[in-house]
Amino acid sequence: MNDHAPHADREHEHPTWKQYKWVALWLTLITVSEVWIYYTSFATTSMFVPTLLVLSATKFAIVVLFYMHLKYDHKIFRALFTGPLIIAMCTLLAFFALFSHRAIPQ
Amino acid sequence: MATTAATPTFAPKEAASYGQTGIWSWITTVDHKRIGALYLYTALFFFMFGGLEAGVIRWQLAQPNQHIVSAEFYNQLFTMHGTTMIFLAVMPLSAAFFNFLIPLQIGARDVAFPRLNAFSYWIYVLGGIFMTLPIFFNSAPNGGWFGYAPLTTLPFSSGLNIDFWVMGLQILGISSLAAAFNFITTIINMRAPGMTLMRMPVFTWMSFVVQFLLILAFPVITIALVFLLFDRFFGTNFYEIAAGADPLLWQHLFWVFGHPEVYILILPAFGLVSEILPTFSRKPLFGYNVVIYSGIMIGFLGFGVWAHHMFAVGMGATADTIFALTTMLIGIPTGVKIFNWIATMWGGQIRFATPMKFAIGLISLFTIGGISGVMHSSPPADLQQTDTYFVVAHFHYVLFGGSIMGILGGIYFYFPKITGRYMSEKLGTWHFWSTFVAMNLTFFPMHLSGMLGMPRRIYTYDAGQGWDTFNMISSVGTLLLILSTLIFVINFLKSRKHGEVAPNDAWGAGTLEWSIPSPPPDYNFAEIPVVTSRYPLWDLKHPDRTAGIAHSAPDVMTITDAHAVPVHEETARKTAAELGIPMPFNTVKPAIAALAIVMMFGGLLFTHKGQFALAMTITIGSACLFVGTLYAWLTSPLE
Amino acid sequence: MASAVAHEPHEHTHYTTTGLDNRKVAIWAFIGSECMLFASLISTYLIYKGKSIVGPFPHEAWTAPDGHVFKAILNIPVTSQSTFVLLMSSLVMVLALAAVENRGKPGYAGTLLGNSKLWLGATAALGATFLGYQAFEFTSFVHEGLTIHTNLFGSSFFTLTGFHGAHVTAGVLWLLTLLSIDIKRGLTPKDAILVDICALYWHFVDVVWIAIFTLVYLIK
Repeated sequence: MNDHAPHADREHEHPTWKQYKWVALWLTLITVSEVWIYYTSFATTSMFVPTLLVLSATKFAIVVLFYMHLKYDHKIFRALFTGPLIIAMCTLLAFFALFSHRAIPQ
Repeated sequence: MATTAATPTFAPKEAASYGQTGIWSWITTVDHKRIGALYLYTALFFFMFGGLEAGVIRWQLAQPNQHIVSAEFYNQLFTMHGTTMIFLAVMPLSAAFFNFLIPLQIGARDVAFPRLNAFSYWIYVLGGIFMTLPIFFNSAPNGGWFGYAPLTTLPFSSGLNIDFWVMGLQILGISSLAAAFNFITTIINMRAPGMTLMRMPVFTWMSFVVQFLLILAFPVITIALVFLLFDRFFGTNFYEIAAGADPLLWQHLFWVFGHPEVYILILPAFGLVSEILPTFSRKPLFGYNVVIYSGIMIGFLGFGVWAHHMFAVGMGATADTIFALTTMLIGIPTGVKIFNWIATMWGGQIRFATPMKFAIGLISLFTIGGISGVMHSSPPADLQQTDTYFVVAHFHYVLFGGSIMGILGGIYFYFPKITGRYMSEKLGTWHFWSTFVAMNLTFFPMHLSGMLGMPRRIYTYDAGQGWDTFNMISSVGTLLLILSTLIFVINFLKSRKHGEVAPNDAWGAGTLEWSIPSPPPDYNFAEIPVVTSRYPLWDLKHPDRTAGIAHSAPDVMTITDAHAVPVHEETARKTAAELGIPMPFNTVKPAIAALAIVMMFGGLLFTHKGQFALAMTITIGSACLFVGTLYAWLTSPLE
Repeated sequence: MASAVAHEPHEHTHYTTTGLDNRKVAIWAFIGSECMLFASLISTYLIYKGKSIVGPFPHEAWTAPDGHVFKAILNIPVTSQSTFVLLMSSLVMVLALAAVENRGKPGYAGTLLGNSKLWLGATAALGATFLGYQAFEFTSFVHEGLTIHTNLFGSSFFTLTGFHGAHVTAGVLWLLTLLSIDIKRGLTPKDAILVDICALYWHFVDVVWIAIFTLVYLIK
């Protein structure tokens, strides 16, 4: 446990405007493509939902890693966020499984 | 308490050193030790209150076909007994120890956010009063501590009873969450130099795990309660079966919170006995790392077992199997701890002081409750036991035999640190044995009446079903428990003023809190210690005997001088100002903010009386008061 | 008691074990807790998806027993715009933080990039715009016959997006507070932590919307 070095890597270089504008562009592009496929015939295929989930998970990750600069920050912050996020995701999935099972007419 | 209990050791200077007396100083205090004392007194009060509720319940059930109280009032009694004991007694008793001990154990001068800490306490006490008062007006919550919806929705529970419960729990949730963020930050960020995570005392470790359970479990009950609140006040459909709502939604949300809650109640007690056992066995804790990892494991798995409370609702074979397996799995880290404690005592020079008696009491009684718990993990067995007194027996063995035994042991153990005086050993021994006997007398027969089919939460029963004797024994046991608690109260009050004076290191323990005066000065550590092992005080006092023992985890840091952990005799008489230590200002703002939040919820109650305008005035007015106080709070300097 | 240190205000940077600021540790723990809060809300919305007995429905039209036809209620073009607004607010938020952190440094001093008041104000304005979109959305839904009482969809939709909206509102108030401090005395690199924790909260609220936009609006 060597989270102990006083005044550790507080200031890795935060990303700069150069990077931020690319991040913003990517986020916009992904959002546009999400809305676009919503209106195409792709929306009726079985790949629609997984594609959307992947796209929004990507957006989620980009914001957390760059805008919330988790990529550059102390590992304690990463632990404080990912631990709860994993438990939250597992709970959500478990709920989904438990209740979709109930939807089948008995 | 630091103020009222005069310490002979430093008596002449003491008043000057702590400087603050009178009720206003308690309302405005931000000192973690005084807040801990407030938690302790308040929670002990609620503990007695919940015990008296149980007393009336057992009086009613002592014999068949009794009518001591009405059936309606009986519902209020068992609801409030559970709610009081869980949210107003055991959790705050643990919080008393979090407050008092965590900064002392990690070598800090206070928690990370002292004013937020005061806020948590005031929310708790006001929320507790909010929930408790209605029982005097026959309108206390009456839907069980689990408040199953749709039973608790407006069509089935139209009185104010459930409103008090929904809002009271919401208020108490704010208190727990605020405290949890505070302690997480404190433990991560306020440790003394050299206090690595794997050198932290086990109590601090278990508390650390509990804070994560709190921040992850309480949002779920918050949402479940928001749905119920909206259903009751704004006509939403979350639990409205006619609108297609799922009757299991509440149960799932509640138990996702409810099962981690069980570990929130027990882990602090586990932490306390992990401090007591090594001290009175004169040995380091056996398998420190494994005890820590088991605690973390319990925390994680605790989020994956909730549906074992719901085997009887028919979730299907797959779900039943998965939750049965995870439940059996969580028994392993719990069992590991039991064996670690036994192995700690093995070969030690055991001294049977009162705290040790309670710690051993926890090991034996919790094990019984743990075993009956594993029995429930099997769905076929659970279907027989669910909703019978067998379950009541099980969770009283883990909560009374576990949590309460551990907390009582902790009170005897830390009383000398809190007040500077020992509790009476003689009365303590009487207290322990009478509690131990009465506890088994009360709860063991419930296994048997439960096996014979006696259901939970029934108001009365007919004679001749084979339950009469068991119920009578339980009721006699409860009376004894009340008497034994009386011994405790006498001991507590008498020892505060007249107990034997205790030195800094009252029991020969090894952790940092015993290196400073009893009671500790307001700044705790005159000089922040440098920590080089898990039991720094033992290294200091018995260097010959601790060299090369596993607990002294080798590290890059070495003891630079013999006083790496300064024993603060010489500085004890100095005030913070003399030592140049900045102390936080007292402030009343957290208490006002807490009051505003309670009034914000309380105002909503008037909507049921048709006084919508009044309700909104109070609620919105209080919300504004809260925001205003918050701004004033955040813009005023801490110290 | 504090008189001993009152004359050295710069002493207030306390020692911490990790060298990190207490407030930043606390805000990350808070965000972790919020994950669970929104997971419960989103779970409930998804569990109740398609379980409503009467309309209006999110993605398909519904004919009431009296013959009245309710069209699919979600307005994807409008919500796409508000989603874009919130995404852009995250961009200006990071610019505000960078402006405060690099106050006086070359490339920031006196330039547009260093104008923290502009970026803080823009973030708050975009947040308020998002709230305006939400107010428009809510009122138009009510006019089309969907309220919080109507059906399971109405209850869970308004509660989920309302909770998110409440978070945005708190964020806007927070940003305006920072803006007023900046106007009054100017935020310096030493105050960057104040902007940093607000930014973390703001981005988290944005991230939650990313999930809501996909799970509630786009998936049929």
